[in-house]
Amino acid sequence: MNPPKTSAAAPEAPERHPTGAAGTLNLRLRVWRQDGPGDAGRFETYEATGISPDASFLEMLDVLNERLTLEGREPIAFESDCREGICGTCGLMINGRAHGPQKGTATCQLHMRQFSDGDLITIEPWRAGAFEVIRDLAVDRTPLDRIIAAGGYISVNTGAAPDANLVPVPKEASDTAFDAAACIGCGACVAACPNSAAQLFTAAKVQHLNLLPQGQPERWGRTEAMVETMEQFFGSCTNHGECSEACPKEISIDFIAWTNRDYVRAKLKNRKLAGQR
Amino acid sequence: MIGSLDARLPGGPVEDAWTDHKFSLRLVNPNNKRRFTVIVVGTGLAGASAAASLGELGYRVKAFTYHDSPRRAHSIAAQGGINAAKNYKNDGDSVFRLFYDTVKGGDYRSREANVYRLAETSVAIIDQCVAAGVPFAREYGGLLDNRSFGGAQVSRTFYARGQTGQQLLLGAYSSLMRQVSAGTVDLHTRAEMLDLVVAEGRTAGIVVRDLLTGEVTAHAADAVMLATGGYSNVYYLSTNAMMCNVTAAWRAHRRGALFANPCYTQIHPTCIPAGDDFQSKLTLMSESLRNDGRIWVPRAFDDARAPADISEAERDYYLEEKYASFGNLVPRDVASRNAKAVVDAGRGVGPLRNGVYLDFSDVLARDGADVVRAKYGNLFDMYERITGEDPYRAPMRIYPAVHYTMGGLWVDYNLMSNVPGLFVAGEANFSDHGANRLGASALMQGLADGYFVVPYTVGDYLAGRLGQAGPGTDHPAFGAAVSELNEQIARWTAAKGSRTVDWFHRELGRIVWDHCGMSRNAAGLAKALAEIPALREEFHADVCVPGSAATLNQSLEKAARVDDFFELAELLARDALEREESCGGHFREEHQDAEGEARRDDERFAHVAAWEWAGTGAEPIRHREELEFNTVTPTTRSYK
Ligand SMILES: Cc1cc2nc3c(=O)[nH]c(=O)nc-3n(C[C@H](O)[C@H](O)[C@H](O)COP(=O)(O)OP(=O)(O)OC[C@H]3O[C@@H](n4cnc5c(N)ncnc54)[C@H](O)[C@@H]3O)c2cc1C
Ligand code: SF4
Ligand code: FES
Repeated sequence: MNPPKTSAAAPEAPERHPTGAAGTLNLRLRVWRQDGPGDAGRFETYEATGISPDASFLEMLDVLNERLTLEGREPIAFESDCREGICGTCGLMINGRAHGPQKGTATCQLHMRQFSDGDLITIEPWRAGAFEVIRDLAVDRTPLDRIIAAGGYISVNTGAAPDANLVPVPKEASDTAFDAAACIGCGACVAACPNSAAQLFTAAKVQHLNLLPQGQPERWGRTEAMVETMEQFFGSCTNHGECSEACPKEISIDFIAWTNRDYVRAKLKNRKLAGQR
Repeated sequence: MIGSLDARLPGGPVEDAWTDHKFSLRLVNPNNKRRFTVIVVGTGLAGASAAASLGELGYRVKAFTYHDSPRRAHSIAAQGGINAAKNYKNDGDSVFRLFYDTVKGGDYRSREANVYRLAETSVAIIDQCVAAGVPFAREYGGLLDNRSFGGAQVSRTFYARGQTGQQLLLGAYSSLMRQVSAGTVDLHTRAEMLDLVVAEGRTAGIVVRDLLTGEVTAHAADAVMLATGGYSNVYYLSTNAMMCNVTAAWRAHRRGALFANPCYTQIHPTCIPAGDDFQSKLTLMSESLRNDGRIWVPRAFDDARAPADISEAERDYYLEEKYASFGNLVPRDVASRNAKAVVDAGRGVGPLRNGVYLDFSDVLARDGADVVRAKYGNLFDMYERITGEDPYRAPMRIYPAVHYTMGGLWVDYNLMSNVPGLFVAGEANFSDHGANRLGASALMQGLADGYFVVPYTVGDYLAGRLGQAGPGTDHPAFGAAVSELNEQIARWTAAKGSRTVDWFHRELGRIVWDHCGMSRNAAGLAKALAEIPALREEFHADVCVPGSAATLNQSLEKAARVDDFFELAELLARDALEREESCGGHFREEHQDAEGEARRDDERFAHVAAWEWAGTGAEPIRHREELEFNTVTPTTRSYK
């Protein structure tokens, strides 16, 4: 059983607040607070006032956290690192949408000019069975690493590589592999999926390597191992497509179809190979 | 006490040095490798590549990172590319030329032998990465593409759209995860190293805090390698990731490791100018943009007109005018200082007049928006997301920001610090870039260290330790370090003053930026040396660290890191004060020529300054390692 994707929808008609000074925003935030993995958690409401539209969403939370600290309250735990949309550390459910309203944008790149004065914003952690809430808005995404450890690599020891230009890679193959490799491992696809599957992440990782000549020798074993490890931790994909909608890197859902196809072929081939052993 | 600093540089011609040296390194036979435990702290490019390679060799590796996954290290954010002397473009590149450019680019403050080795190993890095599945840009024939980058006159930079760092790190990370699954690497995530344990005159292990439970544990090892990145965040605002910090290196410094050239910091010329007080970090716009963008400011002071309303004649393309041969592609320090000069003179642009224009209208007119989008699309999008302005229509506004730190823990040619058994790789060491790093050379150095240097040199050290078990965690040095740390943590969580950790960090950053930033002078540095300790005292007396130590507590993590930044900041200012010359990223206003160009002093300062910790409040001791130039003759850098 997976917990509901958002514990509560934002109330219909948000109360309007007085307009901020000189174009700044006054907002009301409903934020998920949870002391630890074992705690039941709850929403708390905060006022965020005088926020510049040029501030990023996370900077808005920084400002709030400074205030909470000075009031002797505990700041809201949330994670970020690069704040450039590339490390995949950040990730919040904003008004029920993974990474918020702007398409192709990670939470850290979302700016307050996307919001209006007086808005009520509901902020929650990624919710998925495989992602345990650590505290407040921070979750544990290590199951994604388990999928990589299962086969998301090319087995080449340091020093064993031939000259880089020995194997030409058709530009189209290389570009498509790159489109898959652009995944930042944020987990938004899991949070957005009604089944909490990590299929888009897994497919992106599988296809990045499967599309390259360098990835061919391990193609079938990799596909089977990664897909099955995914299913061990996460829900199963039933092709809802919410994942791709939420993905900050707009990873195409085609990769899922290709991975499903590779998986079927892998099952046949691996069975055959096993029989020969 | 430390005697004379011996870098253990190999003799003979620089071309043969690494090959000869490798042959002289002792080996550990395959069966004995598994008897040794090697700790790797940091799983960025340098750490992940080293941990994976050491695991493949058969050592028992324990890897630690404070991140939740190795894939998130700061290395992930590198945009522009990685250099290698492949000469695939047939434009006259060679190992020697990359070596020469790097020594010159570093303003003759690096070791020739180290830099040569870096250039030499660069070619194997590309091979390794491609074999591991890194999708570098390719040409239509399917072969690898290259571009010129950051002032190089040859095209030797390999790139992966605007996300070279992410693709390289994913390569190293996947090799690391392969070893994790093979059982050779024991990976500890969300685990922050907070002390180095030195016992019986050598490195014995580390002390780590679990960031989720707060538990403090000791880990013994035969050798420890730090690959914990740079210290740009001492400035508070920088292009580095939010969590980058100096703590691992600093705590090793407090245990005896020398800290070299802390004043060599790099300011990157093309970042989005800072906005207001809420600004939490600065965003780099890749330097590759300078290949096609033209930098200018209005000739008039305080010109408030929109850029389109300013005619060609009223624009000052100051880099093109001043540096005819390199133009907009002068090295980073030169580009940065010139931007500062025009902004300080009151000709800055943007609402806060704190930027210069980077204008793409020529290339847009020449090649069309589609070509520009293919090259820089993601950077343009990023700019628009942050500023709300569209660079296809109006020029970008850029300004220099702190970006990289050349200084770091002192290491010898084997990348071992003066504490036996403590190795340092990647941005955390001081080794290869001298006083200024060339674009696309940090990724190269991190991977050279991790894939191709440390795996050999650690073996040499361990070969000498065969049959001598190091002290285990039951040694009193471990117990002492653990209780010291627990006391420290208890002090922090008891701190319920009236200001936040971030407030102090911001104030510290302001001091360091104002006095130890793009240009420095004796009076300013003296001021910094007075202000930093005073603010630090206030920090200890008045900081508020909410919450407990037994759960995820980000304020607590930051408090300890900022405390170390305070001590480092003081050393940085001291080092800058003592280095009475201008070189690379270190510009002393007293040392410039009539045209404002930096003046080096090879007579007095052709050396590495390596600082020894002498205790809290005591003056650190400055050691010197003399630099010799036998292959490249130091000249005044000229980009005119
Ligand atoms: C925006 C940006 C763009 C850049 N672009 C380029 C480029 O195009 N080309 C180029 O060559 N260079 C570039 N650089 C520089 C380059 O990215 C870095 O210098 C390099 O990646 C550093 O790698 P590293 O492995 O040494 O450290 P990092 O990647 O910083 O990794 C540090 C690791 O150490 C861990 N760590 C640190 N302290 C501790 C501790 N106490 N306990 C446990 N773990 C710890 C972290 O978790 C992390 O895993 C860029 C830098 C920036 C800021
Ligand atoms: S596929 Fe997209 S949403 Fe899923 S982890 Fe990767 S980047 Fe995030
Ligand atoms: S903080 Fe790195 S992607 Fe958002």
